[in-house]
Amino acid sequence: MLLQANKWLRQNGASTLNTQQIASRLELIDITKQYPGCLANDSINLCLQPGEIHALLGENGAGKSTLVKTIYGVVAPDKGDILWDGKEVTIKSPSTARDLGIGMVFQHFSLFETLTVSQNIELCLSQKHLANIDDLAEKIRQLSEEYGLNVDPDKYVHSLSIGERQRVEIMRCLVQSVKLLILDEPTSVLTPQEVSGLFDVLRTLSKEGCSILFISHKLHEVTEICHQATILRGGKVVNTCVPSEETPASIAKMMVGDLAEQDTQYTKKEGTHTLFSANNLSLPSKQPFGTSLKNIQFELKAGEILGIAGVAGNGQDELMAIISGEDNRTNKSSLSLDQMDIGHLHAGDRRKLGMAYVPEERLGRGAVPDMSLTENTLLTHSTGFIKNGLVQWQEAKDYASRLIKKYKVKCHGEFSEAKSLSGGNLQKFIMGREIGQNPKVLICAHPTWGVDVGAALAIHQALLDLRDQGAAILLISEDIDELFLLADRMSAICDGHLSPQVKTQDTNIDQIGQWMAGTFIDTQRELTQETQS
Amino acid sequence: MIRIQARTEPSTLMKIASPLIAIVLTLLFGCLLFSAIGKDPLQALHVLLIAPLSDSYNIGEMFVKMGPLLLCAVGLAICYRANMWNIGAEGQLLAGALGGSAMALYFIDSDSVFALPITLLAGIVSGMLWSAIPTFLKLRFNSNLILTTIMFNYIALYLLIWAVHGPLRDPQGFGFPESALFSDATLLPTLFEFSRIHLGIVFAILAGFIGWFILTKTHLGFQIRVLGADEPAAKYAGFNSKKLSWFVMLFAGALAGLAGVSETTGPIGQLVPNVSPGYGYSAIIVAYLGRLHPIGAILAAVFMAILYMGGDLAQIEMGIPVAVVSMFQGVLLFFLLACDFFINNRLTLSHQATN
Amino acid sequence: MDADLITQILFAAIKTGTPLLFIALGEVICEKSGILNLGQEGMMLMGAVLGFLAAYTTGSMGLGVLAAMIMGSFMSLIFAVLVLQLGANQVATGLALTIFGTGLSAFVGSGVVGQTIQGFTPIAIPLLSDIPYLGEILFKHDILVYLSFAITIALYFVVNKTRVGLTLKAVGENPNAANAIGIKVLQVRYLAIMFGGAMAGISGAYMSLVYTPMWVENMTAGRGWIALALVVFASWRIGRIMLGAYLFGLASIMHLVLQGLGWSISPNLLAMLPYMATVIVMVIISADHFKEKLLAPRSLGKPFDPRNMA
Repeated sequence: MLLQANKWLRQNGASTLNTQQIASRLELIDITKQYPGCLANDSINLCLQPGEIHALLGENGAGKSTLVKTIYGVVAPDKGDILWDGKEVTIKSPSTARDLGIGMVFQHFSLFETLTVSQNIELCLSQKHLANIDDLAEKIRQLSEEYGLNVDPDKYVHSLSIGERQRVEIMRCLVQSVKLLILDEPTSVLTPQEVSGLFDVLRTLSKEGCSILFISHKLHEVTEICHQATILRGGKVVNTCVPSEETPASIAKMMVGDLAEQDTQYTKKEGTHTLFSANNLSLPSKQPFGTSLKNIQFELKAGEILGIAGVAGNGQDELMAIISGEDNRTNKSSLSLDQMDIGHLHAGDRRKLGMAYVPEERLGRGAVPDMSLTENTLLTHSTGFIKNGLVQWQEAKDYASRLIKKYKVKCHGEFSEAKSLSGGNLQKFIMGREIGQNPKVLICAHPTWGVDVGAALAIHQALLDLRDQGAAILLISEDIDELFLLADRMSAICDGHLSPQVKTQDTNIDQIGQWMAGTFIDTQRELTQETQS
Repeated sequence: MIRIQARTEPSTLMKIASPLIAIVLTLLFGCLLFSAIGKDPLQALHVLLIAPLSDSYNIGEMFVKMGPLLLCAVGLAICYRANMWNIGAEGQLLAGALGGSAMALYFIDSDSVFALPITLLAGIVSGMLWSAIPTFLKLRFNSNLILTTIMFNYIALYLLIWAVHGPLRDPQGFGFPESALFSDATLLPTLFEFSRIHLGIVFAILAGFIGWFILTKTHLGFQIRVLGADEPAAKYAGFNSKKLSWFVMLFAGALAGLAGVSETTGPIGQLVPNVSPGYGYSAIIVAYLGRLHPIGAILAAVFMAILYMGGDLAQIEMGIPVAVVSMFQGVLLFFLLACDFFINNRLTLSHQATN
Repeated sequence: MDADLITQILFAAIKTGTPLLFIALGEVICEKSGILNLGQEGMMLMGAVLGFLAAYTTGSMGLGVLAAMIMGSFMSLIFAVLVLQLGANQVATGLALTIFGTGLSAFVGSGVVGQTIQGFTPIAIPLLSDIPYLGEILFKHDILVYLSFAITIALYFVVNKTRVGLTLKAVGENPNAANAIGIKVLQVRYLAIMFGGAMAGISGAYMSLVYTPMWVENMTAGRGWIALALVVFASWRIGRIMLGAYLFGLASIMHLVLQGLGWSISPNLLAMLPYMATVIVMVIISADHFKEKLLAPRSLGKPFDPRNMA
């Protein structure tokens, strides 16, 4: 599947850099940052030329975010020097960074939804900068034209899509005429089509001499657009390379050491009978800036994994809440489990009927941060541990320690608080807890987000095993590669609409990508109108 | 150079030690304050903390004050565990006193054995009713619980004042705003001859243990703790948060109502305008000082009751305004909140200069 | 009811609403930065007692107001350090501040209970006060009322038209993002909290120097709490706060109005009116959950620790 993604992205071809013999734009020397219990950056050296697009690669927790936050002045390093255009500088705060000409686009955007685009940009500018701009809105329109960003200064940010918001973030940097642009996993929130648009902008910037530091873990993107790459593991630089001379597989090996098994293929299966279905489900969102669901229709069969792709914020959270029963405002008949209408049931009642659920947020939803793993077992797995309203703590404790062993959860013991576990280990624990209830239907959101490769493999295997036992699994993820790897059938969600479902073998990344951008919506609407008339 | 560093795991020692350190710091603050106003700090501390325990009568009085503090605090601790910010113990206590007194006055000529239980029940129900209104408004109309419970404290106070000036006033009372003295059939029995200690303290300690049992041993208590610690997780697990909210609020209302009726049918023996010297507000401090744990609340209530006694004595013996008690309570909570910082953080000495 | 009576009632409503206006303006700025300070009542009482003590000893009203403002911001500084520096729970810290302020004000003021002072005298503004009715209602007040007008207008301008207002909103909506783009979140919040404290101080001074004018324990009678409800009522908008303050002012003098109309209801029952009104208003305003979520500062009451940013 990866190869397919690769081919699709290669169409634009990797650009090459004209090396210029002038002082480095940015040079990091021995940057070290210690957090309690973790050395986030360990003597990191890195060098960036003007116009260079430089990839910063590594698994989650490798120290990429800490390093770029150091460059942007959000984090103060414990040790090390930063040279900017050959001169030593101390970057005390983001405003110092911006004065130097460093701009950053965050992974979780730093935009204010209740303000307009132009107000958002104004907040980032220093008084000095503002004094040079007569009319900010006009300047935004002009730059928007120049780089094809399509940003309207008067719109409120809450009315913008994720892709548009990212362009506002980039605009923020352009207004300040940046010399170094840092992008933290910029493509993880975009549809494949939006990604190629972003790359066009980056290439233009690079040609104009702007350096770009590009954090990603999508290797095919790196090989496509980046001139140089630095690979971090455990807070250290383990390798540097020229991405165009490497393959995604060889880079992956550098990132994770020897664990890489990127080209794993699992057998696809066909479900037997329908276990769970959503029938023409429509519901306005509860949240002010949420997404309303529109005519959601799908069937989930026993013994299959149905994958739903989509860019974050297109109704996934709302759909999850309705399926799990946390939001039970729907009609009785709009959801059914085993031929029974369950739309009106509470989450607790649905669990009793054999539904289990692995949410996107592990800490703070899937597990209570300040409670022990024993208590967190009891959170959803209560059968057998409650007698006459009293908790059988000893039994719950034994069960928790069995879960820890079975799923190789790294922790001090069942008494450990959930917040003391790493993301991957907590995910294994939650996954084990939910699977341990032998669910008929498992709903699973972003199962391996932020999880290291080893844990991800274990989680994948657990899901496939559950499927093979005859459970129906609904998998919602932003990671298309993962969906293609695991799902037996695929679908995409866009603006609260759900696309048709197709067998994974019968589709490709391009089609799903277009569905993620909503191309199916019009055809669907026409179809409904036809049937009505 | 001293630096603040986050701990990797919260310190259990600090969780227990924090209230004790806060008490010590509050006392030090008290010494400074007393010196500043020209009183002998050691004598003041002696009057505040030691004198209340000097004889059996005073110890008895300490328990009399501890009863309502503890009853309210247990209820509040459980509410706060569920993240229900009920500041209305004072109003619920007053409502209990009012409702209970109305019933006691109904039984004024009775010698039935049922008179006392029914009177107590009337107090409990009144307290529950008084907490039920803000709870309903929160769950149905999403109104802010803190503000509505506070408002209902004021409303209860004026209702009570109105009652003692009007319908419940003693016709033979020469126009004083007080009810008639209750009949013996509706008075809580005292436990010992030498003091005013009455059955109320038994209710209170029992309530502490019941609260502890609910929180630690039952599934209900587990759900309450999850709801308070992490509401999205409670939702995710499918707990019925409305039902849990109702439970904690009614439980707290019942206990506060019981505290109120126990005051009027216990040490006071009639309904007067100043039933409570702010027990319901002090109970917030007691609940916090007891780490929102019902057993902890028992210990904290002892301390707070001593402080109340000491405040009275300090006014009589040293002319220190009795308001010093509520000031100390505020300072105590400040210090407690400050000390709690060190549950998750610690100070480290570092020789390395930082930039 | 004749026009004169209505004029008098509206005049009194403004006078009664003014302390609410001061304190609510302070709180709304604080809440816009994302901080919920429940210590209003305590700060207000401390303002009242210190204002009275200063004016009583020096004989200067101006010094009284100044002392009250300083005391109010000092009280709020305690809150700010606990909440911002030590990450303490905002609700608990606010309650502690109220309990502390209630006790300390009674302690400090025990010597001057029942003493009276001259208080501010009303100043009729030339020309403006001659406008029929309106002049009577608005322009024959004491100087603090005019100050409250000025502050309202100034805040309206600052919040809605300046970069300071933008920064305040940004911090209140998303402190993490604000921190990431280089806004000094803690600094903004310190200033907002202390501004709130100073305003609570003036509000207290208004009670003890103008409204009564004397010092009595607990003389604010829950106004600090009502102001918190007022901010919700006004949907965090400055203009609406002014309107709301006068409406609440009107509600608290309803007993006078009713007595004027010849109704005889127990004054103790009538004394409940402002509290009842607060509850009713809160129910009506909050019932639209969706709208409240939209208008309230997004990070209100949530802790923020810049050290956890990494």
